Amino acid sequence: MTVAATLAELVRDFRANGRIVIVGASLAGLRGAEALRAEGFTGPLTIIGDEPYEPYDRPPLSKQVLKGWVPADHTALPRLRALDAQWRLGVAATGLDRATKHVLLADGEQVPYDRLLIATGTRARPWPNPDEAALEGVYTLRSRDDAAGLQRALAARPSRVLVIGAGFIGSEAASVCRDLDIPVTVAERGSAPLVGALGGVIGEIAAQMQRDHGVDLRCGVGVSSLEGDAGGHVRRAHLSDGTTVAADVVLASLGSIRNVEWLEGSGLAAGFWGVGCDAGGRAFDINGVATDSVYVAGDVARAPHVLYEYQFLAMEHWDNAVLGAQAAAHNMVNLEPHYRPNLLLPGFWSGQFGVNIKSVGVPPFGDEIVFTQGSVKDRRFAAAYGRRGRIVAAVTFNHGRWLEYYGRLIQESAPFPPPPPGWDRPDDMKPMPADFPEPGVPTAVPDVVLTGHDPNERRAEFRPRR
Amino acid sequence: MRIVVDLNRCQGYAQCVFLAPEVFQLNGEEALVYEPNPDDGRRLQVERAAAACPVQAIVVERLAAAERSVAS
Ligand SMILES: Cc1cc2nc3c(=O)[nH]c(=O)nc-3n(C[C@H](O)[C@H](O)[C@H](O)COP(=O)(O)OP(=O)(O)OC[C@H]3O[C@@H](n4cnc5c(N)ncnc54)[C@H](O)[C@@H]3O)c2cc1C
Ligand code: SF4
Repeated sequence: MTVAATLAELVRDFRANGRIVIVGASLAGLRGAEALRAEGFTGPLTIIGDEPYEPYDRPPLSKQVLKGWVPADHTALPRLRALDAQWRLGVAATGLDRATKHVLLADGEQVPYDRLLIATGTRARPWPNPDEAALEGVYTLRSRDDAAGLQRALAARPSRVLVIGAGFIGSEAASVCRDLDIPVTVAERGSAPLVGALGGVIGEIAAQMQRDHGVDLRCGVGVSSLEGDAGGHVRRAHLSDGTTVAADVVLASLGSIRNVEWLEGSGLAAGFWGVGCDAGGRAFDINGVATDSVYVAGDVARAPHVLYEYQFLAMEHWDNAVLGAQAAAHNMVNLEPHYRPNLLLPGFWSGQFGVNIKSVGVPPFGDEIVFTQGSVKDRRFAAAYGRRGRIVAAVTFNHGRWLEYYGRLIQESAPFPPPPPGWDRPDDMKPMPADFPEPGVPTAVPDVVLTGHDPNERRAEFRPRR
Repeated sequence: MRIVVDLNRCQGYAQCVFLAPEVFQLNGEEALVYEPNPDDGRRLQVERAAAACPVQAIVVERLAAAERSVAS
């Protein structure tokens, strides 16, 4: 047999008999499993998830579920094909032994694999003081149970809600409170809401939007402590500026923590920013060498992106979970040169205060911004972000139909400021500083982060073992 | 039945809102919200909405409940 024929035979055999294990039974895990079957993988497939529920969708949790329109248990994701998988739900993976190719489970079982897909995502960063976090009425918002609990608390008409952290989730929750006519205070350490994700210029607009809707927005302050009553129910919060806020529901929306602890000791490049992998989802080992048997997708992955100077991007975005899992699944059952990259242009949507906010590209990668269409006053506009004379991202407020246009420009590395689309011109088309916080300034953490090494910033030091 | 809307794709054309107003709603001018688990009785309506969506953003489950079988 020729080498090529032998390799083709190996691929055929793997697709028929290989054992694939997916850890993380949510969006990336489910779509990855479906893609494996669509790619012709017919071998045994095991899906491990620590939540007791089958895969469900998270974006509705902070929107229609909080509002009470849709029950939290109505968010199970549609299945697009039969999976014929072995589901291990309600049990966490606690370790990975790459030498013997086993995933270790909390119940003591060891699951063997030939190829593994890591899709363990992120979890909510809890309120840092555990005693205060345990007070009744203090919530985070990541899971179905979180959303169900917080929704019940809102339905009981609290006298005031305090939202700590004005990123997307905090801002969406504040918006729902106002929809429900519940008084809400938002405390944000940064200069404005969404400033980590979209910068200070857009942040100012978001701030005005919150105030217009009656949110008591306090920026540039932190919450120092929470205080409960004798019954252990939260009643007030002390702020860093010396003021207090009386609230009986508190939502800590402080960003997320990547679920990588179970990979400790596995020798993978797993850490604070997630699991490093190439653009095809192949996990890097601790030395930066791509593995052949371990893949990563979704919120927990970080990969170099060709459009962003090959810097590593960690993206907590819905479509990144879908497309990253599909690319990884394809590569798991194919060989080079048939590998496929996940070259997704990052994209995000958010609904708050009656406005549809969408972004494409990586806004924090840019340092300038220009309004290109529409009117800020009407909350209906598009703006583009630039860096060194090229367009790197765009954001729209109630102008989603134009996003594709900007996405194309970004993919072509078109000049910044971009050619005006010639429709709906704004009054002022002068680029200005986008006003992102300096690294290290605490804000609600952006949901796309450049996590790579920037050659201009020599901050890390490499000391090989002697 | 289960559905999900890829809101990255959705451009707020509201075709779905006209065809299945109990399932799809606009929250403001452009922000679509929807019931991800509508009654089976609305299947025809939802399928019409999915077909009418100009960007094919509505994903409708293609599996019968029996085939979903999840061991817990
Ligand atoms: C409230 C909310 C609103 C959102 N809104 C939007 C939005 O409007 N637009 C948008 O683009 N994105 C939004 N997102 C982000 C989007 O939901 C995520 O990007 C997406 O869920 C990522 O999917 P994932 O499968 O990678 O990770 P996750 O959904 O985090 O799933 C990971 C799964 O793995 C499980 N797991 C973790 N560790 C282990 C272990 N050791 N063993 C077994 N299982 C484990 C977790 O419990 C979880 O079920 C929102 C997220 C939240 C929480
Ligand atoms: S028809 Fe499609 S694009 Fe239009 S609002 Fe509905 S889902 Fe969005």
